[in-house]
Amino acid sequence: MSEAADDRINRLVERITAGDTAALARAITAVEAARPAASQLLARLQPRVGRAMTVGFTGPPGVGKSTLISAFVKEMRKRGETVAVLAVDPSSPVSGGAILGDRVRMAEHAGDEGVFIRSIASRGHLGGLSRTTSRVADLVDAAGFDVVVIETVGAGQSEVEVAGIAQTTIVVTSPGAGDDVQAIKAGILEVADILVVNKADMEGAKQARRALKAMLSLRVKGHLEVPVIDTVAIRGEGIEKLADAVGRNHERAAPADRDAARRERFVALLAECVEQACQSRLKALDGDQLERLQDAVERGEREADAIAAAIMDGGLASAVS
Amino acid sequence: MPEVMINTRPARVLVTKIGLDGHDRGSRVVAAALRDAGMEVVYTGPWQSIPDVVKLATEEDVDVIGISSLATDHLLVPKLMRALQEADMAHVGVVVGGIVPDDEEAMLREAGVDRVFHPGSKLDEIVEFVRRRAGEAQQHPERL
Repeated sequence: MSEAADDRINRLVERITAGDTAALARAITAVEAARPAASQLLARLQPRVGRAMTVGFTGPPGVGKSTLISAFVKEMRKRGETVAVLAVDPSSPVSGGAILGDRVRMAEHAGDEGVFIRSIASRGHLGGLSRTTSRVADLVDAAGFDVVVIETVGAGQSEVEVAGIAQTTIVVTSPGAGDDVQAIKAGILEVADILVVNKADMEGAKQARRALKAMLSLRVKGHLEVPVIDTVAIRGEGIEKLADAVGRNHERAAPADRDAARRERFVALLAECVEQACQSRLKALDGDQLERLQDAVERGEREADAIAAAIMDGGLASAVS
Repeated sequence: MPEVMINTRPARVLVTKIGLDGHDRGSRVVAAALRDAGMEVVYTGPWQSIPDVVKLATEEDVDVIGISSLATDHLLVPKLMRALQEADMAHVGVVVGGIVPDDEEAMLREAGVDRVFHPGSKLDEIVEFVRRRAGEAQQHPERL
């Protein structure tokens, strides 16, 4: 790496840790685009990661996640904390484009210097987040925000990735949306540290609450107790209770749990790096090479597994030959 | 391995409205067209203040800001241009679309607006211009 590039990263580290949001915003863009310099920047910032309280919000579309987050941010600001929000919205599988509209519900924080909001497009990644959300969370953590809030895309049963990043995962549902509770029962419920019934002033709130409690009672023993909290986010009701519950969840995590969680995150990071590396090797194959490989596999002369192994060993040439 | 790998990224565009007018149909149509062209569009809805737009554009690291104006809100745009400059955001492209009298277009251009789209503008034309301007913004020297 050249000295000039090294200098640039050093300056960026200085600016980010000094609270320069423009520098932070540009760094996020670089991380999202997987620029090589971004990896170096993250490495340089790593010692500062881990101070923030990270909170994930997930749940089906339309239950009020963005509105709830806006109210939660307001409460945390009241408590003197600075907050970064990472709001993930889906990218179009057809065009790759995205409308990032979570800010519409968070407009009241637009002018607050203690709140940093960044919209993130999922860019084809499944699991409720974008591929790089975890690293972006590290960035804003290192930048010194007290609380990092992550909002997943409207999620159903399998969008549980946020639980691997956030110390506290909040699963949000609402009454009246019919099968919401049904929809969250499979995968997503198991990752919840806190359950929220938003729009709790609507008809059916009691039933939704009862259904959640019933599902919780079916869980195997050994799980920590999961509080179920009623909120009316748009009027700010139940938000103090929610913030208190988040604080308690943060405190009750035993050091061993935290170490385990950090290890899990590290493994996930490595897995993602491996995947990236594999993808870029695959992209290096040209049309002719791909065709030859495909022919060989279709004729039953070679196995896809063996080709993959050869590619990963670094022998792209040997894979093709 | 080369030190600088060229990774293309989607253009990021802020579509917003400043001032008091709430007619947001046009901005929604343009936002959808930009999305369909593969861009990432941060959409805010109407009634944004100028300082809020500057902060938002900074946090979202957008390449282009699109301002929709149907009821004289474009007269606030020169103020926005100054605020962007003061915030060191002069590299960001600014386009205005909607109802802008011909004799006021020159005033906007002088203030630094890249392009004004009048009624009847083709969506393709808007998409192409925004894409090109975003590409320029992405060349900003402070980028990693």
